[in-house]
Amino acid sequence: MNINLTLIGQSIAFLFFIWFSYAFVWKAIRAAMDEREKQIADGLEAADRAGRDLELAQEKASKHLKEAKTEAAGIIESANKRANQIVDEAKEQARTEADRIKTAAQAEVEQEVNRAKEQLRSQVATLALAGAEKVLEASVDEAKHKDMLDKLAAQL
Amino acid sequence: MAGETLTATSYIQHHLTNLTYGKLPEGYERHNADGSVDVLSQDTWTLAHTSQEASDMGFMAIHLDSMFWSIFLGAVFVLVFARVAKRIHTGVPRGMQNFVEMAVDFIDKQVKDSFHHKNAMIAPMALTIFVWILLMNTMDLVPVDWLPHLATIISGDPHFFFKVVPTTDPNVTLGMAFTVFGLMIYFTIAKKGFMGFVKELTLHPFHAEKWYINLILIPINFALETISWISKPISLGLRLFGNLYAGEMIFILIATMFSAGLVLGLFAGVLQWAWAVFHILVIVLQAFVFMVLTIVYMAMAHQVEEEDQFH
Repeated sequence: MNINLTLIGQSIAFLFFIWFSYAFVWKAIRAAMDEREKQIADGLEAADRAGRDLELAQEKASKHLKEAKTEAAGIIESANKRANQIVDEAKEQARTEADRIKTAAQAEVEQEVNRAKEQLRSQVATLALAGAEKVLEASVDEAKHKDMLDKLAAQL
Repeated sequence: MAGETLTATSYIQHHLTNLTYGKLPEGYERHNADGSVDVLSQDTWTLAHTSQEASDMGFMAIHLDSMFWSIFLGAVFVLVFARVAKRIHTGVPRGMQNFVEMAVDFIDKQVKDSFHHKNAMIAPMALTIFVWILLMNTMDLVPVDWLPHLATIISGDPHFFFKVVPTTDPNVTLGMAFTVFGLMIYFTIAKKGFMGFVKELTLHPFHAEKWYINLILIPINFALETISWISKPISLGLRLFGNLYAGEMIFILIATMFSAGLVLGLFAGVLQWAWAVFHILVIVLQAFVFMVLTIVYMAMAHQVEEEDQFH
């Protein structure tokens, strides 16, 4: 229980160790720990941000998808419309063509009829004359009866 | 141990004496083991051979064993921690770094809890106190005869004194406590000025509005405050010393039973184990208490607001 120089020796050692741990231990360790804490906090924040970004991106994607769907529907609708239009146009054209063909055919038929009539008309005199000759058993003067026969032919 | 002359009292006495190197005055009579007496012709610096010589050396002596173990353990602390600090990285900590960071984190929390001022010295000081005292206290768990016996074998002297627990030496604990006290006064003066320190000693705890009443109160305050200031380092140092000294004493008493036959020897073994387990608590607790009180004292030294009301 003697109090002696050990007291002072211990004080000096104590102050030295305090200084040593201040200069070479505490600062470096604390700095590294603070740095790591910051890194972890940053990492967590980044993860948080990434999560939010993902959510945002998903929202955007679904919006895009919706837009695309709407657009596609519009395109299909307009295509359908166009197709209908084309079909209608084609029908219209066909009808017109058919009408034209029909008209042309009718005109031809009429022409043919007229031609046949003309032919008939030109031959009716001969036929009538031959018939009359047959009836009368006599020759009929063609020159004498020409007017009458032409009149007959015109009536046909 | 001195074989046949060994009694329980001398065994205990031997275990409680430090390896003291100091000055014996001129004309001092040294009693040798064989009964002869040497009279010193001049002041001599030498190793004390008996506890009586150690106490006769007075203040001009040093406990080599206490100093060796405290500096050795302090060196272990700073070297281990400085080695980790040098290689520290911000990646995943491993092994020793984990342990060191845990200690630093624990101390940092304690300091932040009770010390709210700006001073970068306090946390490293708390770390030093805690780890160092813990290491010194832990020496108490080494069976009481191992290291002293090893020392007698190495030195070849059966009476070689060797105490291995520095904190059972009041010089060590009071040395640290008075250093804390000195730092307390230093920070008080640094923060509040010398007059602030004087005011703290004289205008506290009793204070009156009228100056002439104060004149009477100042001596009372000074007496009270001086006692309260002085009691801080003394209680700080003696608390640690007392706990560890008592623990060591019980280990020594248990150890005296080892030579008292097989049954008592076995019983002593069980007792020693049980006391060691219990002592782990004391070791950590006392290191912790010393550290926390130091932080609190430092916080008191930095407390400027409280002093303001005396203006």
